Amino acid sequence: MLNLFTDPNLQWILVGSMLLGLSTGVIGTFAYLRKQSLIGDTLAHAALPGICIAFMLTGVKSIAFFMLGAIISGMIATVGISWITRHSRIKPDAAMGIVLSVFFGLGIVLLTQIQHSSYGNQSGLDKFLFGQAASMTANDVYTMMGVAVLLVIACALLFKEFKLISFDSGYARGLGFSVTTLEQLLLWLVTIAVVVGIQAVGVVLVAALLITPAVAARYWTDRLGMMTILSGLFGALSGALGTWISAGTENLPTGPLSVLTATAIFVASVLFGPRRGLVAKLVRRYSAKRDWEAAENVKQASGSPSSKKKEVSA
Amino acid sequence: MLTRKEHISPLSVDNLTVAYQKNPVLRNITFEVTEGELIGIIGPNGAGKSTLIKAILGLQPTLTGQTLVYGKPYKTQRKLIGYVPQRESVDWDFPTNALDVVMMGRYGHLGLLRRPGAKEKAIAMECLAKVGMADYAGRQISQLSGGQQQRVFLARALAQDATLYFMDEPFAGVDAATEKAIITLLNELKRQGKTVLVVHHDLATVEQYFDSVMLLNGELVAFGPTRTTFTEQRLQEAYGGRLTFIKSSLSEQTEQTEQTAILSGTGR
Repeated sequence: MLNLFTDPNLQWILVGSMLLGLSTGVIGTFAYLRKQSLIGDTLAHAALPGICIAFMLTGVKSIAFFMLGAIISGMIATVGISWITRHSRIKPDAAMGIVLSVFFGLGIVLLTQIQHSSYGNQSGLDKFLFGQAASMTANDVYTMMGVAVLLVIACALLFKEFKLISFDSGYARGLGFSVTTLEQLLLWLVTIAVVVGIQAVGVVLVAALLITPAVAARYWTDRLGMMTILSGLFGALSGALGTWISAGTENLPTGPLSVLTATAIFVASVLFGPRRGLVAKLVRRYSAKRDWEAAENVKQASGSPSSKKKEVSA
Repeated sequence: MLTRKEHISPLSVDNLTVAYQKNPVLRNITFEVTEGELIGIIGPNGAGKSTLIKAILGLQPTLTGQTLVYGKPYKTQRKLIGYVPQRESVDWDFPTNALDVVMMGRYGHLGLLRRPGAKEKAIAMECLAKVGMADYAGRQISQLSGGQQQRVFLARALAQDATLYFMDEPFAGVDAATEKAIITLLNELKRQGKTVLVVHHDLATVEQYFDSVMLLNGELVAFGPTRTTFTEQRLQEAYGGRLTFIKSSLSEQTEQTEQTAILSGTGR
């Protein structure tokens, strides 16, 4: 455990995981409230063809090129989702499902193509796809720092707009806000967070880092600002605890442990959230029942003599 | 009244046609409203009442038609327009409180990036007080009753400080107290010279509440002063054979302005 504070390598991983959790937590709040919980999954899968094309074009296994490819194909995917929902009666969840499978299918075709041709050693590709937080370098951490700063600033500046389109997009349009642009911008911010997350926790698990902290945060507050902050903190905490646990044991992967930590925070929130939590609900119901019964008993005790009097007078 | 008519109409709609799929739901709607009136939009389900409002507000693509607000295209006049959507159109479990929702009415005036501050808060509190909701400012919106939620929406529209208001069924599913609060507010808006278009369902209260009435059924059946437009014959036209409209005779009307409308399904 001690080596977490002495090993510089581990420190980078710790900072990187925390920044990643913070970014996905903050931006995930809006994805969750806009009922786009599937978006993380969709974008992570949509990144695959982008990564493959980046590799085919450049022939090198560069994280920077992979991320660029992933972000571009993710952005195209978000445009696809918006276009389908706007121009058809298809609901967002179905649109996300369609886009996810089309992009992932294309990605698998390309990946097979790469494996069966002479692109050289492609072993780095799957590492990127399934995530390897432990291989994080200082450069990766700088990237994550940049992304985290970008996302937090964007959410702070556009907080009012993102709140409005998340709560009542029709009204936002009526007020003259360019809802289409804002929605697209929000989706692109999500794309960037997801793509950065892929290399740490992988295609499948990044969706969890996006949504789980947000859902957990919802249990502790009724204010959007506080929820966004809490969600970011929960994300960062998950990253930190994940790294810590993985550093203390042998051969346990950091990314999945972060996701499991986030899940633990979520379970604790569902149970112990102050007003919405299960325990609070049970306690409230129990005390309400007790109060009611007590009040009833008092009424009966004071009510019975008067009713007897009535009987006598009748 | 005569001078008012010389003013530019707050809203003129010319030859508006809207289609969801291939079949138009609204056909060739043309009308012009008079400033400072409360106008009820009535018609059967599927008559296109909400669609009309959404099309005017640019929330629904149109096939043809032009909308002018105070003589200018709608898009340049957005700040003059207040909108109260149907209550069911949003998720009331959203993490926010009543005051915050009302402050959203100021967002259009603030524009991009600027954050609401003390001034917006003060305006929002004032608007909440106008609908009798000042005590609920800090209440999480899911913990408000349906009527209270409706009043929050009204307060939000008030905060927009518009001159032309559109309200989509503000009376739907609210109790008598809220209905009274809403109608008091409507009359207050009217006193200030503002124009309000209200999608309405309760035929019994039309004569009581509105200066003018618009009867809609895919097309504009009639539009004019309530006294001359809200007639049995016109209602038959708008609602078709399905409506049995029991109107008290003229002699009884002096004593009772209320009317009873019974929708009976015997036509089909």
